[in-house]
Amino acid sequence: MAATDALTAPYVLEYTYRRSVGPVLGRFLTGLRAGRIEGSRSAAGKVQVPPSEHDPDTGAPTTEFVEVGLAGVVTTWSWATAPRPGQPLAQPFAWALIKLDGADSALLHAVDAGAPEKMKTGMRVKVRWQAERTGAITDIACFEPEAP
Amino acid sequence: MSDASKPAKKDADGEVRRIKAPVKLDYTVTAGLALSRFLKGVTAGKLLGQRCGVCSKVYVPPRGGCPTCGVGMGEQVEVKDTGTLTTFCIVNVPFEGQTMKLPYVYGLIALDGADNALHHLILAPPEEVRMGMRLRAEWVPPESRPASMEAIRWFVPTGEPDAPWDSYKEHL
Amino acid sequence: MSPREIAIVSYASLLAVPGEPQRDEVELLLPVVTEAVARSGIPKRELGFTVSGSCDYLGGRPFSFVMALDAIGAWPPIAESHVEMDGAFALYEAWVRLQCGDVDSALVYAFGRSTQGDLGRVLAQQLDPYTLSPLWPDDTALAALQARALLDRGRVSERDFAAVAARTRGGDADELVQRPYTVAPLRAHDRGTVADGAAAVVLAAGDLARKVCKRPAWIRGIDHRIEQHQLGQRDLTRSVSTALAGERAGVGKGPVDVAELYAPYTHQELILREALGLGEGVEVNPSGGALAAHPLMVAGLSRFGEAAERIIDGSANRAVAHATSGPCLQQNLVAVLEAAP
Repeated sequence: MAATDALTAPYVLEYTYRRSVGPVLGRFLTGLRAGRIEGSRSAAGKVQVPPSEHDPDTGAPTTEFVEVGLAGVVTTWSWATAPRPGQPLAQPFAWALIKLDGADSALLHAVDAGAPEKMKTGMRVKVRWQAERTGAITDIACFEPEAP
Repeated sequence: MSDASKPAKKDADGEVRRIKAPVKLDYTVTAGLALSRFLKGVTAGKLLGQRCGVCSKVYVPPRGGCPTCGVGMGEQVEVKDTGTLTTFCIVNVPFEGQTMKLPYVYGLIALDGADNALHHLILAPPEEVRMGMRLRAEWVPPESRPASMEAIRWFVPTGEPDAPWDSYKEHL
Repeated sequence: MSPREIAIVSYASLLAVPGEPQRDEVELLLPVVTEAVARSGIPKRELGFTVSGSCDYLGGRPFSFVMALDAIGAWPPIAESHVEMDGAFALYEAWVRLQCGDVDSALVYAFGRSTQGDLGRVLAQQLDPYTLSPLWPDDTALAALQARALLDRGRVSERDFAAVAARTRGGDADELVQRPYTVAPLRAHDRGTVADGAAAVVLAAGDLARKVCKRPAWIRGIDHRIEQHQLGQRDLTRSVSTALAGERAGVGKGPVDVAELYAPYTHQELILREALGLGEGVEVNPSGGALAAHPLMVAGLSRFGEAAERIIDGSANRAVAHATSGPCLQQNLVAVLEAAP
């Protein structure tokens, strides 16, 4: 094959999707808009946040909801040195799995800790709400350390 | 910052029913080796194809492989910018990015020397357009020719007698 | 009923590190498919089934698998299928298809161009679109959560991660571990090198496999298991699905000479080794694995191909092949390949 430099071009793929959220996530997102976090309770009594649409053990549809705390414990974390477009914070922050008080599973979100030295597995963090909430996971702006 | 910053859809009870979930991803895509040769050709006013070494068919634009034989394409072939309209449709539906006034004709053209048909716009009154019609490319002036199919503005009738059915029936 | 005897009889691949900006998908695939088919000794027209794995989000080209068929020559019309997953899962489909007994061979191929977009953003699209994607977490951010959980468990260190990198992609572990973090606790060497590539494998059943190949790599067991998607519902330090798939594939039924594990991150190799019960004596990822070259959608099929090559060339008698998909090892496919029929 003759040596040819292939032509390249910038290309943007964009989909303006809207998604139906269904009754379970709908309730969760409605709660966020009102400043409340709700999880689902399974037959075995386990509380999942975000709620599961079906019982993780039995597969039965979720019918029971439980309000959990607006603060909890970091179960693991990583440190984003260079945040990317669309991520919750523009300055370096921690990604964390957070087990909210009263929940049995952990939620993924960002923690605005300022520096990685301020992060520790097991530390307590609390919700920082967006000023204007719309019914989306991003209604939680991020979490922040409970004790400064 | 957030992608879900627009108000969520609510029902009468105020329950959140829908979210906006936009996807936007940036790429740098390559045209590939074969297509790049073709695209560079059109900026010079040439239509370059490639002949399959197995079935001898000439594809314009050339492709990475012969779609029937599954082998790499062989010798480079320049074809003419005249051809035969094999099939067409009349567009009556407006959509974004349209450059032609409705109604207009969009067709498949078997270029003279090619074994496949190329898609392009046909500049002719819709009621006069027919299968077998002879066409020629109307090129954009050299100085403003892009490396894309838009290097050809559209195809126009040559006025020659129609091509016989047998000459293009394989290219539909 | 015991499953039909199926073997991998040939493999070919093209891994372009750090990328292949020149060739398009068909131009990447064609030489690879041609080579795998030629090595199989089975005429292309006689292959009973064709199946591929790829992901449109990688190249940003919707329905790209339709165009990719130019590399096969689908005429007269062929029996074909496609999975929007790594090619290893296409191989699993081919294995299931061959169990039907009416066809004796299959071509499996995969292609992936991970370098055309921002892989971190592309991979955010595989996440739950309600509670995860809107936060745009990149793959490294999530893998780093898993790495931290593993470190917190206390049995491994960041130097152990660096040692995996040094073994598979070169360098000195003591030096690597001094380098800056990308997403702490991970460093650049902990993430597989983003690459473009293509791979193809030919499967054959019973007597056909024996006829075309001196030492077919017989698939003695194969199993695929998946776990919850939400990371906060799993114990990230263990891969329960890999352990179960490995058990059902029969990994522990005999000594393992070589294992090709699809670990896109160094710490994931440690998790997979533990889940599969692979001891110190097992040669892991002699090919360099996904750390040396990580073309998404291809890296899993490559693990199957590389493991099979070791059986075919006589340098191993029993091999384990593994492929993963989803965030933090969500789903796992494990196969045992053996020389003995």
